[in-house]
Amino acid sequence: MSTVDTVRDRLDALPDVGLVVGFIASIWAVMLVLAIAVGGANWANLAAGFIGSVTVLIGGYAILALALNLQWGYTGLFNIGIAGFMAVGAYTTAVLTAPTDPAAGAVPGLGLPLWVGLIGGMVMAAIVGGLAALPALRLKADYLAIVTVAFSEIIRLVVNWSGLAEFSLFGVPVGTGGATGISFKSANDVAATLINGVGQPLVTAAEGVGVSGPNLANLTYGILLLLVVAGSYWVLARITNSPFGRVLKAIREDETVTQSLGKDTRQFKIKTFMIGCALMGLAGVLFRGQAGYISPQQFRPTITFYVFAALIIGGSGSNTGSIVGAATFSGLLFYLPARLGENVSLGGTRAPGNIVDAVAGFASLDPLPLLAYTISNVSTLRFVLIGVVLIYIIQNQPDGLLGHRNEPATSVSLDRPQSGSGGEADE
Amino acid sequence: MGIAEFARDGRVVMGDRPGAAVVAAVSGFLLLDLVAKLAGTTVFFLGTRLLGGSLTVGSLLSMVVDGLLVGLAVGLAGIGLSMTYSILDFANFAHGDTVTVGAFLGWVAAYITAGLGTGAPIAELFMLNSGRQLSTVSTFAPVLLGLVVAGVGSIGIVLLIDRLTYRPMRDTDNISLLIASIGVALALRYLIAFVFGTQTSGVASGGLRVTVFSMISVTDNEITLLVVSLLLMLGVHLLLQRTKLGKAMRAMADNEDLARVTGIPTERVIRLTWILGGGLAGVGGYLLVLESGTISFNFGWILLLLIFAAVIVGGIGSIYGAMAGGILIGLVDSLALIWLPSGLTRASAFLVLIVVLLLRPSGIFGGVSTA
Repeated sequence: MSTVDTVRDRLDALPDVGLVVGFIASIWAVMLVLAIAVGGANWANLAAGFIGSVTVLIGGYAILALALNLQWGYTGLFNIGIAGFMAVGAYTTAVLTAPTDPAAGAVPGLGLPLWVGLIGGMVMAAIVGGLAALPALRLKADYLAIVTVAFSEIIRLVVNWSGLAEFSLFGVPVGTGGATGISFKSANDVAATLINGVGQPLVTAAEGVGVSGPNLANLTYGILLLLVVAGSYWVLARITNSPFGRVLKAIREDETVTQSLGKDTRQFKIKTFMIGCALMGLAGVLFRGQAGYISPQQFRPTITFYVFAALIIGGSGSNTGSIVGAATFSGLLFYLPARLGENVSLGGTRAPGNIVDAVAGFASLDPLPLLAYTISNVSTLRFVLIGVVLIYIIQNQPDGLLGHRNEPATSVSLDRPQSGSGGEADE
Repeated sequence: MGIAEFARDGRVVMGDRPGAAVVAAVSGFLLLDLVAKLAGTTVFFLGTRLLGGSLTVGSLLSMVVDGLLVGLAVGLAGIGLSMTYSILDFANFAHGDTVTVGAFLGWVAAYITAGLGTGAPIAELFMLNSGRQLSTVSTFAPVLLGLVVAGVGSIGIVLLIDRLTYRPMRDTDNISLLIASIGVALALRYLIAFVFGTQTSGVASGGLRVTVFSMISVTDNEITLLVVSLLLMLGVHLLLQRTKLGKAMRAMADNEDLARVTGIPTERVIRLTWILGGGLAGVGGYLLVLESGTISFNFGWILLLLIFAAVIVGGIGSIYGAMAGGILIGLVDSLALIWLPSGLTRASAFLVLIVVLLLRPSGIFGGVSTA
């Protein structure tokens, strides 16, 4: 039995909640160890900073992976326009909640409360998703992929366009801010209000051990985001365990059979696509627009592929797997290498400015320059690692960590009972 | 064909294919607008400008030339994408980064050979930041050498990638292969960033400017792009039509099992597909940098969607389609400037891609595979 199978058996033995909590807790533990190792006297503040950032990343990618899992893992819709739908949600929220009297040089909005903006963003992302899905769902999976990625680039180019930077909507001045971006009501403020209100004793206690206010606020925000993840998980679990969800799984297995059973599969696909896009829109605000500022740069197609990496690592088809995959991807592959690279130093060896000088040292049998160069560029190399992990998983473990739990479309098991070797057992 | 018949055909199109009718109406309007703009007249309707504006023939021609040049390089790169799509049956998202790899290998070779003897430190030459600008006229031999290195180097890289990544998964479904190619794309792009950094370097600029028909002004580098890409396209055409290998490729694109039964060594054909496709992608990338003058670690990735657009518009699997689609998408990308603000021209190329996929998924030249 390979190590992966052993790991998988262990993972299976745990209940889902325990699995996710345990996973995130162990990533926190890794961050804590790192902070203690490199932080010196300042370790508590550093640990809060690391854990806060990693939690926000896990939360953001988990929402996105859950949404993608509904579309791809359950229904087989290969959507690689995630960045575009995130942008639709984030920009709608931004336009709705940006202040009506902005600072000089900033773009005005409608000044509505944040919760209105969030709902508006989700609704808009769902509508745009529905419009995109309407014609695109007739296409084969790989064509759908290309249409969605082209669509997401069109959305990014449109919000980036200076012509929409500031315009008048029925006489009210609004805008996207063009390439410079737009500031709006920050979701961070919710966390800040929370810790400055009911959490005041906690702040005092944290400051006692040296944790700064902003770090604590960020950590609080990360935990709030995990609550949103839990909410999304609950909604998606309800959906996928309902008769509606069973049809989705049936579409993934064989669309023609589902159609011949009298299901209007197009309707189901469009609805699923819209629900997924609404969640992506929400993640667009809460994750990319955490600090109350977004710009078109944040919605490049690359983020779409990171979400795919997260889902594939976790195993598409499993909601729990999506969260575990998001935690593995963002904690261990995305965040940890970058922090390691920043904080590991090689004695006195300064990193060379370019690869030629680094390799030149190697010629005189001194590997230190190359090593130092590698460490100083680890934030670039982690993407190589992500790519290699993606290839490895798709070649050797296409089910990811938990994808083997891919729920069948039937409510009862259709596996044939194992019969003894040779002939039918009951004859 | 009589007018009545023509009108009836028109009605059939309107009824059966409303999408096609809309596309025809929009292109008709744009064409009318272009004519009005060239004539320098403006048509007003209810107080708003309906048609026209001003545009000189000269600026139209220079846009056409720009579009044509980019389109040729995109078409060259698209041939490989189209071939892997038809023969290996998956959308290769790493193709854009193959373009980048080829361009970097070629330019490093060209830069180092051009810089040898000038006293510039080797590190600066390798990192492409000595500030020197190459051109076909002033540094012919290094540019030519770079072209060869770009082709050969990218062939080596794609064969290595195929051996490591795609060959162990020949029998898997096309979505798994697509995802693997996304992994390859990430790894390749950031390896380039690791070696060459993430800055944009200026490496080439035209050494000689020629004015043709006293209206169009082109540089020597642009002429090189034109000549080399047309020659390579002709070469691909001859290879596919005149050699046994070409016939084998076309057979495999048509039906892989049948090809294997007839004794075509499929694994060898696949290898040759990579060689041809990878080499052309590398050369295409090298030529694009020669034309645009700048190179950065993600230019191929950004170009990828444009290459996809070219391949799909021309009809996936068709090599001539990829060439024609490349030119068409290049022209759309450049001519859109007549009607759209400069920030949105790229979006119009993607819009053409989506419209073609929705209305005519087999491409505008029909679904002929690799012939």
